[in-house]
Order: sequence, then C-alpha cells, then structure tokens
Amino acid sequence: MARALNQALADALADDERVLVFGEDVGPLGGVFRITDGLAARFGESRVFDTPLAEAGIVGTAIGMAMNGLRPVVEMQFDAFAYPAFEQITSHLAKLRNRTRGRIELPVVIRIPYGGGIGGVEHHSDSSEAYFVHTAGLRVVTPGTPADAYDLLRAAIDCPDPVIFFEPKRRYWAKDSAPLTTGTPVDRAVVRRPGADVTLIAYGPMVATALEAAGEADVDVEVIDLRSLAPFDDATVCESVRRTGRAVVVHEAPGFLGYGAEVAARVTEQCFHYLHAPVARVTGFDIPYPPPMLEEHHLPSVDRILDAIERLQWDDTVEFPDE
Amino acid sequence: MSTVATPRQQFARDLLPSDEPLQLIAPSGEAAPGAHLPPDDVLIDLYRRMVVGRRFDAQATALTKQGRLAVYPSSRGQEACEVGAVAALQPRDWLFPTYRDCVAIVSRGVDPVETLSLLRGDWHLGYDPYAHHVAPQCTPLATNTLHAVGVAHAARLKGEDTVALVLLGDGGTSEGDTHEALNFAGVWKAPVVFLVQNNGYAISVPMSKQNAAPSLAHKGIGYGVASMLIDGNDPAMVYAAVQSAVAAARAGEGPTLIEARTYRIEAHTNADDASRYRDQDEVLQWLARDPIDRLERHLTARGLLDASARDHVAVEAEAAASSLRERMNADPKLDPAELFEHVYAEPTPALRRQAATLSRELAQ
Repeated sequence: MARALNQALADALADDERVLVFGEDVGPLGGVFRITDGLAARFGESRVFDTPLAEAGIVGTAIGMAMNGLRPVVEMQFDAFAYPAFEQITSHLAKLRNRTRGRIELPVVIRIPYGGGIGGVEHHSDSSEAYFVHTAGLRVVTPGTPADAYDLLRAAIDCPDPVIFFEPKRRYWAKDSAPLTTGTPVDRAVVRRPGADVTLIAYGPMVATALEAAGEADVDVEVIDLRSLAPFDDATVCESVRRTGRAVVVHEAPGFLGYGAEVAARVTEQCFHYLHAPVARVTGFDIPYPPPMLEEHHLPSVDRILDAIERLQWDDTVEFPDE
Repeated sequence: MSTVATPRQQFARDLLPSDEPLQLIAPSGEAAPGAHLPPDDVLIDLYRRMVVGRRFDAQATALTKQGRLAVYPSSRGQEACEVGAVAALQPRDWLFPTYRDCVAIVSRGVDPVETLSLLRGDWHLGYDPYAHHVAPQCTPLATNTLHAVGVAHAARLKGEDTVALVLLGDGGTSEGDTHEALNFAGVWKAPVVFLVQNNGYAISVPMSKQNAAPSLAHKGIGYGVASMLIDGNDPAMVYAAVQSAVAAARAGEGPTLIEARTYRIEAHTNADDASRYRDQDEVLQWLARDPIDRLERHLTARGLLDASARDHVAVEAEAAASSLRERMNADPKLDPAELFEHVYAEPTPALRRQAATLSRELAQ
C-alpha cells in the first residue's frame, strides 16, 4: 500500500503543477513511513518540502496556499500529532467554502497515518476519524486495499473539497495484485466480497480483518468497504442490508459515539423492516489506546467478528413458554 | 513615550526594534526636523480615509442600537493603523483582517454593507475575497496569520510579487498560531507583514498580563523576523513603516513584524462595559493623542488642509454614513436553502434530503 500511495502522489505531482507535497520529514527522508520516498529528488524542493515542526502551521499555511491557487497535499506524521491542527481544520479548512458562499475553494488533502497494530508507543495508534467526520465541510476517506489507496488518493487530490485522508498504517505493507487505476467515485462504498446472509461493514485497517472473518464464517458474508466515511454512502450499504437482513459494523476506534454508532443508526432508520436482528458493533474498547504489549486485546479480531455474527439471532423461531 | 524615527531606524531591517515607538508626527502635529514623511497627497488621502472610516465606525455602532447589527467591535482611535496599513498596499496584495478591522476593509474599497454581513448576521461573509484581495474577517484569534503566510509563500512559488498583510491584536500574539506563523514566515522568507495593533487590551485583559517581553515587536528576533515598534496613532509612521515592510517583502527580503502602539477608545464591543477594567483618565490621555486630530493639525499648519477641504471631507463621510444607514435599514435577503449549498462543491445526497425537509417545513 505504501508504494501505491507513493505512486499516487508522484502521478498527481506529474499531472498537475499546482500540486504540492509538504509536512514533517517528507522531503529527503521520504517520510517516516517512506510514503514520499524519492518525490523531493524527482520534483524539486519547491514542490515537495519539509516544513517547521508545527501541525497547525502546516495546515494553516496549506489553507493560504490553496486560497492562492495551489493544491497542497500535507502529511500529519501520526494520528495523534494531527490534534494541534484541529482548529485550523475544523474552523477554517472545513468552513471557508461555506463562509464565502463558495468563493474560496480549498482543495487540500491532509494525509493522516492512523490506527494501531504496529506496536507503536503512546500517541502513535489513535483512530481519530470520529472527530473529523462530525465536521461538516470535510470529506473523510480511508482506503482498505493497496489498489484503492492509489485510486482514492488520486480522487482526493482531484476533489474540490478538503479531504482528510486516513491511511491505515498497519496495512502499509499489504500487497495485492490489482492494477493501479483511477475512476471509483471518492464518495462511494464498494462491495469487496458478495454474500447473502449478513453485511459486514468495515473501513481502513479493518477491511482485511473483515474479509478474513468472512472467509471463516459459517454463513455467507457480504463485506462492504466504506472508503468514504463522510459523506456516508447510504445507498450501497442499505441496498446490501435490505438484501441480507443483518449487519455488523467493525472499527478500531472506541465504540462509544464512534463511527459505528452512526452506521447502526442510519441502517436502522432506513432498513428497519428488513432487519432480523439489531445492528451489531465490533469496536475497540472505550479506553485510551493501550500500550503496544496489550494492544492485541483492544483491536477487533477475526474471532470477535465471528462471535458478533453468531449472535445475530439466526434462529427466528421465538418460543413463548406457558402460553 | 515615543521617539522620532531617524531615517536609519525607518528604513533599516533590524531584528530588534527601537526601545520606544517610532514617530514621524508628534501629537501636537509637528513633524520632527528632517523626518522622512510620506508625500503630501498621501497624507491628505490618509486624513480623508480616517475621517470617513471613523464616521463609518460610529454609524456601525449606532446600527447596533437600532438592532440592525448583532454586535460591532469598534476600532475608534485605531484609524491610523486601519487606514495607514491599507493605504500602503497595492491592489494585488492581500489584506487579512480580524473582526475589529471593518474600517480597514472599507478603506480597501469593499462595499460597507457587504463588510457588515458577518456582524449583521445574514451570512458569515458578505464580500468576495478575491474582488479586493481581502480575506474573510477572522474571528478566532491569529489563525489567519498562517493563512497569510500561506498566500504569501504560494505567491513566491508562483513567481508573483504579491505581499500579504495580516492584522492582529496584542492578545492575538499570545496564540500559538502567531508563533508558528512568524516561524514559518522567517524560515520561508515569506513576503508577509504582521501588523500588531497593540490597543492595550484583549477584551479586558491588559498587556501586563499578556506579555513579558520588552515589547511585542521584540518577539521578531526569536524568529529571525525584522521588527519595528511604532506609534500606532501616527498615521504617517504607520503608512511609512508598512510601506517599507511591504517593499522589502516584495523585494524578497522576507517578513516584518510591526507593533503599533494604539488604544481602543471604545469598549471591546457595544456589549462590553470597559468601566469594569479601566479608568476614564486613561481614555482621556489617549484621546489627546488622537490620530485624526494629529494629522489635521499637521496638515493645517503646513497649509495643506483648510476649512473648506475639511468640510469637503466631512460631507463625504456624512454621505457615506447616510447611505450605509439607509441601506442597512432594508431587511437583508435571506434564503434558507442556501444553508446547504456551499458546504461542499456539490451538496451530498444527505444534504439534499435535509434541504428538502426544510423546504417542506417552510412551505407549510
């Protein structure tokens, strides 16, 4: 996936001279995850450059550059290190189009490596998507596969709206044989595995886990990769759930007011008469992200997903004793 | 309290500011011998724009009493900064104002009614930022310093000689974004000018609780940014300082931090009660240093302004205020459907549904 992201940045830089890549260590080093490897050498320091170490500064200056006609793609080094930029993102990046009745357009992409599973110490493993999806004016996307990382990042850079691009860092080393192409709309979910009995809804790092669980389940599981967290693709998800009648949503972030809560509410509101069981959630616990030696207990696993599927009231015959 | 600016101080690009604020024209209206004053036509224009600006400011405050504005933060007393800074810009340059800088915006040529949209509450911004290169007024403090650095750096990358001027207050210098913006600007040598209008108070909090440096301008040296401390009630000095900083930025010499010492004559807004945190004596002392009176005395003494010219300016200011009053008395056109239109380039399906819901409600 890292190579797909690198290719997407390189192709975007080559195709459009307004595209810039900047952030901390993204220049000669190529980023701590090497996503920008070789870009500074190929495109020069005026297109790909290191900034002072200040996340609000990176996003704030990106806003100004976009106001002046450029298309910045910036990197926040880790999920929790994006928090200093929160005000710039929520109060300005997200709102300037609306504030100016569409006159200021900010095609800024903020890449955030996120999530756990790599043995990172504190502040290196947060799933912070809920903070951003709650903010109108932002698009929030996250790829689940290497090929989609390319497709989605190209679409994000082409998008006229600001995009928070969450990269599932534990999947940086994932490989697949699919060719790198573009064309899937930035706001569309895709069915990664068709199935008839239950819809498993996942995104980012959990797509691979969900596919693995689907392969082991006793029932026929459909896996949806949301790709776009904001806006939410109601049509694709609800079409599937109406067909299967059951749904499980999976994410790493804590469950309380997490993304799955919104998914469960929307699916319930729109598919109530098709549901045979309440929408289930498999999420991280409601705890600060654990230290690396304990993180395996926190992260949703194949077994937890299979357990959740099993609990979906498969036996429809309800007995009423003594009646 | 102020010191006459020598030509060296006026044009040098020092990292450390002077100990006392630099001045070209004293409150008495007298210019220091040998002072490098702006040209006469510029001084006359500054006078005219300050008078018109102050009348606009008074009219806006009056409109809050009539319920036509939700709130208005007055800049009365700060006209030298509001007007002097704007007059030193070229049309292609960018102005990044705060909520207290309506006079600067109007002085830049933006329609006064459009300027007041935010404070009237009919939209968050009424004017087109690209029409006059005036960014939206920033309500969160100092966040726009970074936007200005971004616009300025982008201009350099694109090979344009545009300069960005960002206005901020004494309180805003305590924000982290100011630090980051000065640092980015210094590292990138961005063509940006930071004008701090130090008006003594962040709402009620005085400078003594805001800053431990010898002056706010002294902060520049920490970022390698040239700094100036000036008398912010001297319109000639503000104009000269900003013009020199803008010229340096345009020539590729990098950013400048200017601290202009001025005073907020009115309370924070019409909703604030300044008597709770400052003495009237202090206000009276600053009224004696009024920027418009100062320039009027200077121009009159030099024979550049007579009673007829003063009347002419007063008539212009009154006509502008009267037109503003009349136009603001009309109810603004509101379209609830617009709430959904500009959130994204294209409304999402969910927003279309919500717009339809509101539309049905309104039809009932």
